Amino acid sequence: MKKHLLLSTILAFAAVPAFADKNPRTGEELAANQAYSYRMLDSVKSLDPQLISSVEDSDVARGLFEGLYNEDGDGNLVPAGAVSYTVSDDKLVYTFKLRPEAKWSDGKPVTAADYVYGWQRLVDPALASEYAYYLELAQVKNAAKITAGTAKAADLGVKAIDDTTLEVTLENPIPYFTKMLTNSSTFPAPKAAIDKFGADWTKQPNIVTNGAYLLTEVVDGEKYVEVKNPAYWDAKNVIMSPITALVINDEDAALTRYQAGELDRTEVPSGQYPHLKEQFPAEATSTPYACAYDYLINVAPGKGNEALKDVRVRKALSYAIDRDVIVNNILQGGQTPAYSWTPPAINGYAMPDIDYSHWTQAERNDKAKALLTEAGFGPDHPLKLTLNYNTSDAHKKIAVAVQQMWKQTLGVELTPNNYEWKVHTDKMIAGDFEMARYAWCADYNEASTFLDLYTGYSTNNDGKYANPDYDALMKGAKSMADPSTNYTKAEGMLAADMPIIPIYHYAKVDMIKPDLKGLPQHDVMQFWYAKDLYRIKQ
Amino acid sequence: MIAYIFKRLLVAIPTLLALIVISFLMMHAAPGGPFTQEKQLPPQVLANLNAKYGLDQPIWVQMGRYVWGVVVHFDFGPSFVYKDRTVNEIIAQGFPVTLSYGITAFILAVSVGVTLGVLAAVFQNSWLDHVAVGISIGAQVLPNFVMAPILVLIFTLWLGWLPGGGWEGGDWRHQVMPVIAMATAYMASIARITRSSMLEVLTLNHIRTARAKGLPTHMVILRHALKPALIPVLSYLGPTFVSMITGSVVIDMFFSTGGIGKFFVDAALNRDYALMMGVTLLVGVLTIVFNLLVDVLYAWIDPKIRF
Amino acid sequence: MLSPVDMGALSRRLAKLDEVRGRSLWADARVRFGRNRAAVAGVVLLVLCAGFAVFGQLISPYSYEFIDFKIMGHAAELGAPSWAKGYYFGVDDQGRDLFARVAMGTRISLFVGIIGTAISVLAGTLYGALSGYIGGRTDSLMMRLVDILLSIPFMFVLILLLVMFGKSLTVLFVGIGFLSWPAMARIVRGQTLTLKSREFIEAAQATGVPALRIILRHIVPNLLGIVVVYATLLVPDIILTESFISFLGLGVQEPQTSLGELISEGAKTMRYGTLWQLAFPMGFFMATMFGFYFVGDGLRDALDPKDR
Repeated sequence: MKKHLLLSTILAFAAVPAFADKNPRTGEELAANQAYSYRMLDSVKSLDPQLISSVEDSDVARGLFEGLYNEDGDGNLVPAGAVSYTVSDDKLVYTFKLRPEAKWSDGKPVTAADYVYGWQRLVDPALASEYAYYLELAQVKNAAKITAGTAKAADLGVKAIDDTTLEVTLENPIPYFTKMLTNSSTFPAPKAAIDKFGADWTKQPNIVTNGAYLLTEVVDGEKYVEVKNPAYWDAKNVIMSPITALVINDEDAALTRYQAGELDRTEVPSGQYPHLKEQFPAEATSTPYACAYDYLINVAPGKGNEALKDVRVRKALSYAIDRDVIVNNILQGGQTPAYSWTPPAINGYAMPDIDYSHWTQAERNDKAKALLTEAGFGPDHPLKLTLNYNTSDAHKKIAVAVQQMWKQTLGVELTPNNYEWKVHTDKMIAGDFEMARYAWCADYNEASTFLDLYTGYSTNNDGKYANPDYDALMKGAKSMADPSTNYTKAEGMLAADMPIIPIYHYAKVDMIKPDLKGLPQHDVMQFWYAKDLYRIKQ
Repeated sequence: MIAYIFKRLLVAIPTLLALIVISFLMMHAAPGGPFTQEKQLPPQVLANLNAKYGLDQPIWVQMGRYVWGVVVHFDFGPSFVYKDRTVNEIIAQGFPVTLSYGITAFILAVSVGVTLGVLAAVFQNSWLDHVAVGISIGAQVLPNFVMAPILVLIFTLWLGWLPGGGWEGGDWRHQVMPVIAMATAYMASIARITRSSMLEVLTLNHIRTARAKGLPTHMVILRHALKPALIPVLSYLGPTFVSMITGSVVIDMFFSTGGIGKFFVDAALNRDYALMMGVTLLVGVLTIVFNLLVDVLYAWIDPKIRF
Repeated sequence: MLSPVDMGALSRRLAKLDEVRGRSLWADARVRFGRNRAAVAGVVLLVLCAGFAVFGQLISPYSYEFIDFKIMGHAAELGAPSWAKGYYFGVDDQGRDLFARVAMGTRISLFVGIIGTAISVLAGTLYGALSGYIGGRTDSLMMRLVDILLSIPFMFVLILLLVMFGKSLTVLFVGIGFLSWPAMARIVRGQTLTLKSREFIEAAQATGVPALRIILRHIVPNLLGIVVVYATLLVPDIILTESFISFLGLGVQEPQTSLGELISEGAKTMRYGTLWQLAFPMGFFMATMFGFYFVGDGLRDALDPKDR
């Protein structure tokens, strides 16, 4: 332990004088201290790029490893491991030119074979990655078959033409393929180290990486420290070091430690943003985040509540939720009221004109009352419903508020039921619910990551919404040059059939030290790269 | 006594086996598995995961393999959630942390608690008694999830004396708040049990006689009263010691100690079967050992005790 | 409300009524309890809390679940305790009347605390006394079962209870009892082991009193001191455990609430200028705990067989 501490301190000090006191890219004057520490919700579950399945692990992995492309602060692709690519006329074969100077931390060059190995590993049944389906989602040839065990890993549609040329073959010409390449599961893998250490290869000091940082200290459950990698191809532009991720489970505790100066960035507990914004206007920030929150209605035949099979009831319930109250009085962190499933901030997506989105709440309430009466419910025959949610403070607050809204406006008797996470999920998968809280975060910055969910063939469509027209639109979108019109139409169908009640779209609400620069401002995926961060002199 | 201890250790084997079987059945009967998630995994991916972790086998086979692994290789298996680590590694890293602040908190709670309790009993109904009782009730109603934020507010945010969390290899500054937050309520309970038990012992005939004979009070208390009065305290301390050294989920989460206490809740919520079994067995072994120790101490305190 | 003096008089009168039927252990205890001023004060405190718990909601102009959407989210500025607005204890984080909620929480928590403790004390005392008194193999077997119960992953016990029996208060009691009686059993058994070797028990055994009678007439009364103290320790424990169990979905469900839940919510927001959200539930929690302590202490003194 002591040794690692010493090492990281030496490396940190060694790194500081390496650059001038100006940011080479922006010319801003830099602070002497370029250390960064941030809050992590939980210990790292895995640092193996192909095994990573959590957002926070990928945050760490994006510092240690590098794939073909990165994202800039607006969500655009930036060449990283690749310098350029060409695509065949049928849009099925992508050829990537790799960066020849890229190196692993053990000194070996990063070659096309390392990518091939990483991708084959990802779909390999023996590794059993939870993200094995990602390449299938990206339509890479044979990915699904290999995961199912009916084809060999060598048959995967990815080839190393030479050390710096990577060729990928797709089954369908999806328009957003390159956007999917920023996900950590598509990063290259260091075969020699993996063969030598097996499952222990991600442990310090075994780990071999190709990113801007080196992993120097790991205390699971407490912290992870990375320092600048001098051999990184773009090391001259890497300013921040060391990067410390502190594991803090409790968000209130994290905020206290932020205020005590132990952290440079932390999440704002729900409801506290306005106060903090007032006290620390330069530190409290809120940026859109590609996640959507909704109440899922069970419309499966023979399951759930019969009353909810009536679209008028579903619409009445949706209209009677005052989303502005939820966003402004409960969450209070710059989240936006949702009337559509897909967040409007998603790249290349145009939200349809959804009528009730521009009504006043009074109009919505009147319409809701009329619809519910029409459906046969009233004071002497009240509608009784249950809503499942998983235990969490914010979910509880929303459920309780919705219960009151429905009661005060419609006379609906709602019983909110909280369940522990796995029980909640299990009940949803089994279709054992009337309404359930649900949320989804984008896998990649494109509307299909949301809209595919409610197709009849989706494995995640727990409410069993089934509309053949919808399915046709989403299937058709896979081979269109510009699928956005289909997305808009599909979203319109969701609003008309109301199998889900959209509630709000997320925001990333953080406290960030004012001298810290380089965090994404407009990237709804909220990918951030430690190598882009720096502190300015104040 | 040696024979008794030996026999008890032999009985520990079937006890632990029963613990394994019951826990195993309960875990698998609970809804959801380690890979149940909001973003459901495609069936093929799930099948591969189940095969990798042996979850596709009948439960008896899984149990058999588990016991075999533990007994033959001392291998508690891989964590299903923390994929880079094995259960052995997680326990080896987290247990020393809770052991360290748990033992400190235990010593603090016992020494302060017993002293308070004895003083309160000896000077029953004096101001000392009232203060001791007041402190112990106050401490008891301050649960650690209230204590922890109050401590951080005072010592980290206002005074700036102590870091708000982390462990740093057990540096004392990082231990102070976890120890206080953990010890407070236990200290209160120990004080109350000691007081009551002491009061009873003080009314027993031989103590009354000793006092009547004019022996100095502190002699009577230390020689004759304290030892028998400790029996209920000891009974309480057996399981308490185990739960203290295995940490508290609130403290581990609030102070980010990296301790094992967090996993009792975490592993259950994640359905991380292997990790759950690991911590359950840890508690099982410790409970058996310390309850045995308590029984041995009973006999030392009161040689007339027959089991 | 009765003054402590009235209460004392009342209990003495009640005790007198019983004297006709001969002074049993219990009647005797009642008299002594009535003479203990602190104990009577404890009873009064508990009665006051219980009265607030039962009737508090009637006094409040708001129901426990009514959300004032105008205040919601602005509790720190608009929700402080105010006599004029009818929010005597202020509002909670959601814009609900804290007075009504504390009343409901106190009611549920007192109920849960008392019943849960009763279950665990009954089960623990009988089990522990039997185990200790019988001794030998039976004791060994019974105590190994306790070892197992102390180590079992209780989260799964609760999850399974929830899945098998659904959400209900009864299941909550079973769950709480399940969690808390093994420790009680260990303590009682330890005490029984020492009692067993005392002269009066040996005397009873020698005269051929049946085992069950010895346990009930001689062992249990001598255990009461420690049992009562442990029970008063259990009550707050159980009240706080309840809020944790509700987290799993078992037990008290929103919009209903309990003291434990209110305290934990108050603790979360205490830094954000809404200290009353912690202070009021905490105050009632503390008051009931003092009440239980004095009553417990009084009971212990009153029931002590050696003082007779």
